[in-house]
Amino acid sequence: NISFHGGESPKGTLRVKMVLLGSSGVGKSSLALRFGKDEFRSTTPTVGCAYLTRVVHLSDVTLRFEIWDTAGQEKYHSVTPLYYRGAHAALLVYDISKRETFIRAQVWLKELEKQYTPGSTVMWLVGNKGDLAQDRQVSVQEGQALANDRDLSFTETSALAGDQVSELLIYKKAVLGLIESPDLTKETFGNKGPKFKDGPHIYH
Amino acid sequence: MDGQALRPTASWENGTLAPVDRLRAERADSPTPGLVEGTEPGAGQKSAMFVHAQSFEDLTAEAEEEARRDDELDKSGECAEELKVLVGEKTIEEQRNNSISSESRSKEEDVSSEAWRSHRKHVFVLSEAGKPIYTRYGTEEALSSTMGVMMALVSFVEAEKNIIRSIHADGCKVVFLTKSPLVLVGVSRTCQSDKELLRELQYIYYQIVSLLTLTQLNHIFQHKQNYDLRRLLAGSEYLTDNLLHRLDRDPGLLLSAVTCLPLASSARDVVSSSLQAAKAKNLVFSILLAGDRLVTLVRKKDQFLHHIDLHLVFNLVGSSSSFREGEGWTPICLPKFNTAGFFHAHISYLEPASELCLILVSTDREDFFNMSDCKQRFLERLSKRSAYQALKEALKCPTYSVAQVGIPELRHFLYKSKSSGLYTSPEFPEVYHSDEEQERLMGLYQDLHSCLHHPTRPLRSFYRCSETENLLAWVTSGFELYLCFSPLGTKALAVSAVNKLLKWIRKEEDRLFILSPLTY
Ligand SMILES: Nc1nc2c(ncn2[C@@H]2O[C@H](COP(=O)(O)OP(=O)(O)OP(=O)(O)O)[C@@H](O)[C@H]2O)c(=O)[nH]1
Ligand SMILES: [Mg+2]
Repeated sequence: NISFHGGESPKGTLRVKMVLLGSSGVGKSSLALRFGKDEFRSTTPTVGCAYLTRVVHLSDVTLRFEIWDTAGQEKYHSVTPLYYRGAHAALLVYDISKRETFIRAQVWLKELEKQYTPGSTVMWLVGNKGDLAQDRQVSVQEGQALANDRDLSFTETSALAGDQVSELLIYKKAVLGLIESPDLTKETFGNKGPKFKDGPHIYH
Repeated sequence: MDGQALRPTASWENGTLAPVDRLRAERADSPTPGLVEGTEPGAGQKSAMFVHAQSFEDLTAEAEEEARRDDELDKSGECAEELKVLVGEKTIEEQRNNSISSESRSKEEDVSSEAWRSHRKHVFVLSEAGKPIYTRYGTEEALSSTMGVMMALVSFVEAEKNIIRSIHADGCKVVFLTKSPLVLVGVSRTCQSDKELLRELQYIYYQIVSLLTLTQLNHIFQHKQNYDLRRLLAGSEYLTDNLLHRLDRDPGLLLSAVTCLPLASSARDVVSSSLQAAKAKNLVFSILLAGDRLVTLVRKKDQFLHHIDLHLVFNLVGSSSSFREGEGWTPICLPKFNTAGFFHAHISYLEPASELCLILVSTDREDFFNMSDCKQRFLERLSKRSAYQALKEALKCPTYSVAQVGIPELRHFLYKSKSSGLYTSPEFPEVYHSDEEQERLMGLYQDLHSCLHHPTRPLRSFYRCSETENLLAWVTSGFELYLCFSPLGTKALAVSAVNKLLKWIRKEEDRLFILSPLTY
């Protein structure tokens, strides 16, 4: 069973660096809030990046998620590599009611694929705002097809409706994926977690 | 209006937040209005002030200087030749006396059309190629209808070799600020002076620079003159909107000063020293805010923060709810410090529902965990002492009533200590509770401010009666004071109130100001 707790991570906790990517307004911060507090409320666009931690207790292991909720605004794109580098899980989010965000997600994917060696990161394609079915511009099939093609996991969610199951599913599958992944061992992560490496120096 | 120039001085230009090292020892118990800078109530006790302007390129001062020159030329009739060569500014009379081309006449008409008239103050930002970047009011459609006007204005600016500064049409002022690669246009129906309007446009310019850096802006437009900057500013328009709103309402932006959370100095000192102890190699500024009020600011030795940069930080924090979830980490340019580079700010609230927001500014973009660690150390130190409790108590009354001063006819005031760059002001009394009334009072203060800081004929004091209130403004080398009295008060009463008020501020200065700012 998965349960959520804040607070100190006990000994033997695995640290999982997770990054949320996608266009501005697709609902990354709303998803992060739903993960952490099972709440939904309107927030302003993220400035730069927001860092949140969530502790998840499984029956045999405790996971400390270190979530980097990036800003989708274009002006922050040049700093985004700081956050996805070394991530164990990446959620690539788009808005099912806005086709351009789906296209943008594919651009992100290309970017990510340049950085990753296959198998080191659990990548998810997430179609958010599932509650806006009447405005749907991207079908479930399209999302699923892209995910199959690129070997990603796929789900549709709604941070608004708070369909908890699908949110938890992301966690569970991401977690299971990680536990199965040979890369995730306690030794992999120091006390401070992965340190930033140098990204492209677009900001002077 | 009953204005009187006691002695014209141009102290505005020198009225920076620079440290003043003199005469600090002699802090008189009962100050008089003749006080010198550095000994006025609210002046810091150490030689190093926490906010400082002079060591940086002061673009505002430069623009003010230019504006002042224009104004001088404008006011002296004999300089007509020079006027034509140097400035494009036309007075109302000149325009009506047909000394202006028919081309600009038609623009004048557009500017005074219905759409433009409906708002008190428009602000437009354009690229030098005439592409719209920002408009305060209206959506794309509204923008397209005024596009022609803006394009014409821009080309007019260019045709005049960037030297046009303002057009005064009946009841309407159009002010230009060209800050390559941007052109800023203000269209105002308020009675603010050109200088005040320019100052506001400067703020908007700095707001944009703080998001992108000037280096990046230049780079973009050098490569693509026609670039649509809205792409990069998308999602940040609300920052500019909010800043404009603040410019109408926040005395701090008017006074070039910030205000503090009233807090017992013993508690503030503990907070400051806890922050001072939580230092790191690349940490430059640690700022603790309670809403829009400064609790304390600790800075690296020899590094100074300009009040404009501080207001941009206030605006960013106050406009975004995103820092409430987790810890924020963002590149930010502090344009008065350096227009070329980004700092990296760690922004977070001390507790989820708290008003206390900590901003740690580092030079290193990979410093997130170091900053996060600084915050933890600060919190640990703070919560070990009773100061945190005192601080939380102080949050419950972040303001004070003017009744505490004990001057019956006094309704409200603004007091700025020049050497510390800090000001204090009571809450608005009942008569000014509506937003409209508060903005009206701010408008009156702005008028007084314009008179005290007139480029060529600055006044030392100014008394003004009206049916709704009586106002007194007073500036010395040490402070600026604006008082609002009930219309029943007399001038003699107002003058005598000054001494009483200064005494009160002196008595309360420990609580209202930061007297001992710290450095790492
Ligand atoms: N209908 C609906 N609206 C949502 C959903 N998730 C988020 N929103 C709304 O979409 C808007 C943007 O949400 P955010 O979570 O701020 O988007 P973001 O991806 O974090 O945006 P940036 O921080 O700018 O990158 C907000 O108004 C949310 O209330 C959802 O599942 N359904
Ligand atoms: Mg967000």
